[in-house]
Amino acid sequence: MATLRAIFAHPSGRIGGAIVALYLLLAVLGMLGLTPHNPLTQHRVERLHAPDGTYWMGTDLFGRDVASRLMTGIGQSFIVAFFSVAFATLAGTVLGLAAAWFGRRWDGLVMRIMDVVLAFPAILLALLIVAVAGPGTSTSVIAIAIVYTPIFTRVVRGPALSLKAREFVDAARTFGSSAGYIVTRHLLLNLVAPLTVQVTLALAWALLTEAGLSFLGLGTQPPAASLGLMLSDSRNLMETAPWLMIFPGVAIMISILGFNLLGDALRDVLDPKMRRSIA
Amino acid sequence: MRRLATFPLVLLGVSIVVFLAIRMVPGDSITAMLGTEAGLLTPQQRDALAAYFGIDQPWFIQYWRWLLGLFQGNLGISSTYGRPVLDVILERFPLTLELALLSMVIALVVGMPAGIFAATHNEKLSDLGVRVVAMIGQSTPNFVLALLIIYTLSAGFGVLPAMGEFSPLWQDPRRNLGQLLLPAVTLGFAFAASVTRISRSAMLDVLCDDYVRTARSKGVSARGVIWRHALPNALIPVVTLSGIEFGYLLGGAVIVEQIFALPGLGRMVLDAILQRDYALVQGSVLFIAFNFMIVNLLVDLAYVALDPRIRLSEH
Repeated sequence: MATLRAIFAHPSGRIGGAIVALYLLLAVLGMLGLTPHNPLTQHRVERLHAPDGTYWMGTDLFGRDVASRLMTGIGQSFIVAFFSVAFATLAGTVLGLAAAWFGRRWDGLVMRIMDVVLAFPAILLALLIVAVAGPGTSTSVIAIAIVYTPIFTRVVRGPALSLKAREFVDAARTFGSSAGYIVTRHLLLNLVAPLTVQVTLALAWALLTEAGLSFLGLGTQPPAASLGLMLSDSRNLMETAPWLMIFPGVAIMISILGFNLLGDALRDVLDPKMRRSIA
Repeated sequence: MRRLATFPLVLLGVSIVVFLAIRMVPGDSITAMLGTEAGLLTPQQRDALAAYFGIDQPWFIQYWRWLLGLFQGNLGISSTYGRPVLDVILERFPLTLELALLSMVIALVVGMPAGIFAATHNEKLSDLGVRVVAMIGQSTPNFVLALLIIYTLSAGFGVLPAMGEFSPLWQDPRRNLGQLLLPAVTLGFAFAASVTRISRSAMLDVLCDDYVRTARSKGVSARGVIWRHALPNALIPVVTLSGIEFGYLLGGAVIVEQIFALPGLGRMVLDAILQRDYALVQGSVLFIAFNFMIVNLLVDLAYVALDPRIRLSEH
C-alpha cells in the first residue's frame, strides 16, 4: 500500500500508471470484442476513409476500421509482452538463484551459457529463433523470452550472491531451515524490488521487439491486427492515408513511454540506491 | 584477463548455436537458392550442388570443416551470392560501421550538452523540458521515427529521402552522406536520449560529491568546477553506455536499413536467414558477435582506465 501511494506521489509514476491502465483497458476491451466495429470486417465501399464520427481513426485499404484494429492490436502486443516477460522472469530467476546458491561449476556453466546468449545482438537472436520456429504469436513469445532471460539471470544472481553471504542466511542455516526455505524466503523475497523494476522496463522492451518483429512480417500474422503490422502496411499509403501510420505509430510510442515512466518511478521508490547504477 | 580467456569459449558457443539453429530452419538451402527452378534439377545435379556447398555431410563434419576453414580465414561460400562469405560481409560492413559512427557522433554531440545543461539547471523548467524530450526519445521505436521523418519530409516539404543505388563514402562523399543522414538521425535520436539521461544523472551524482564541494569552497568558478572537476568523472557512465550502444549498432540496424533501402549488415543477415544461406548466416553472426564482444571488452578497459578505483577482479 505504501509503495502504491509512493508511486502515485511520483510524477512519472502517476503519468506512467495512467497510461498503462488506459492501455490495459483498451487491450481488455479489444480482446473481449468490445470495439467500435469488427476489426476484421471489410467495409469495401469505405476504403481509405479519413477519420470522422463513424470511423474515429479512419479505415485501411480493405475498409477495416483502424480504431478497432488498434484496440485488438494493443491486446495482441500486450499478450506477447506479458507472456514473454513472465517466462523470462521465471527462467531468469530460477537460473540466477540456482547459479548463486549452488555456486562453483554450476554458476560458471549457467553464466557462460548466458554470456553466449548475450553475445548475440537481441534482434538478430529473435530473428534466428523466429526463422527456426516459423513466424507467429507463440514464436514471438518464445523469442523475446529467450533474449531477455540472461538479463533476469544477471539481475538475480548478483544480489542473490551477496544476500547468501549475509548473517541472516547463516542464522537460518543454524536454525536448521531447509535450502528451499532459505532460497524462497530469504533470497527471493529480498529480490522482489529489483525484479519488479526490471519487469516493468522489460515490458517496454518486449512491446518494442514485438512491434519490430511484426513490422518485418515475422510476428503476428495477417489478417489478425498488430501494431507493427499496421505500421508496415501503412508505408505505401503514407501520402494518401497518413492516419494509417500516425495512429499505430503513436500508439506504440505511448505504450512504451508508459512502461518506461512507470519503471523509472518504481526504481526511485523501491530502491533509491539503484538510481545511480542503472539510470 | 579472465574475461579474455573466456572470449574464445563464448565465440565457440555462439558458433555452435548458430550452426545448429540455421540447420533447424525448415526447408533446404538449394531449393531456397534456385526457387522454382530447383524442380528442374536431376538428383545428380542436386547432389553435386550439395557437395559443392559442403552440405552433403552430417552436421558435425560440416561444423569441423567450417571450424578448420575459419582458422584459415575461409568462412565458406555464400549460396545466394556465389562468392566467399568474408567478401560479402566486408562489402557490407563499411556502411554499417559508418552508420554506427554517425549515429554515435549525433548522440554525443546532442546528448552530452543536453544532459550537462539539465544537470546544472536541476529542478528548473528547462531541466524538466530536457527530461521530457529525452524520455519521449527513449520510448520512440526507430521504425516509428523513420516513418514519421519520411512522412514529414514528403508531406511538408515535398522531399523524399535519397534512395536508389548506394554510393560508398570514398566514391561520392556528398551523395553518401545524403543517403546516410536520415538513417543516422533516426538511430541517433534514441541513442542521444539515453546519453542525455545518463550524462544528466552522472553529472548530478558527481556534483554532490565531496571533492566538488572542496573545489567550490576553494573558490573555483562554477564553470571551472563543471569542466575540470565534475565532467571527467561524469564521463565514465557515458563512455560505457555509448560503447554498448555502438556495439549493438555494429550488428546492423535491420529495420532502419529496410526502411531506407540501405545494403547494410542487418538486412544481409535477415535475407540470409530467410534464404537459408547457411554459410553466410554462420559467418555474419560470428562476425557480429565478435565485434560486439570486442567493443564490450574495450568499454571495460576504458572503464578501468577512466576510474582507477575500479578493479575488474571485483566483478
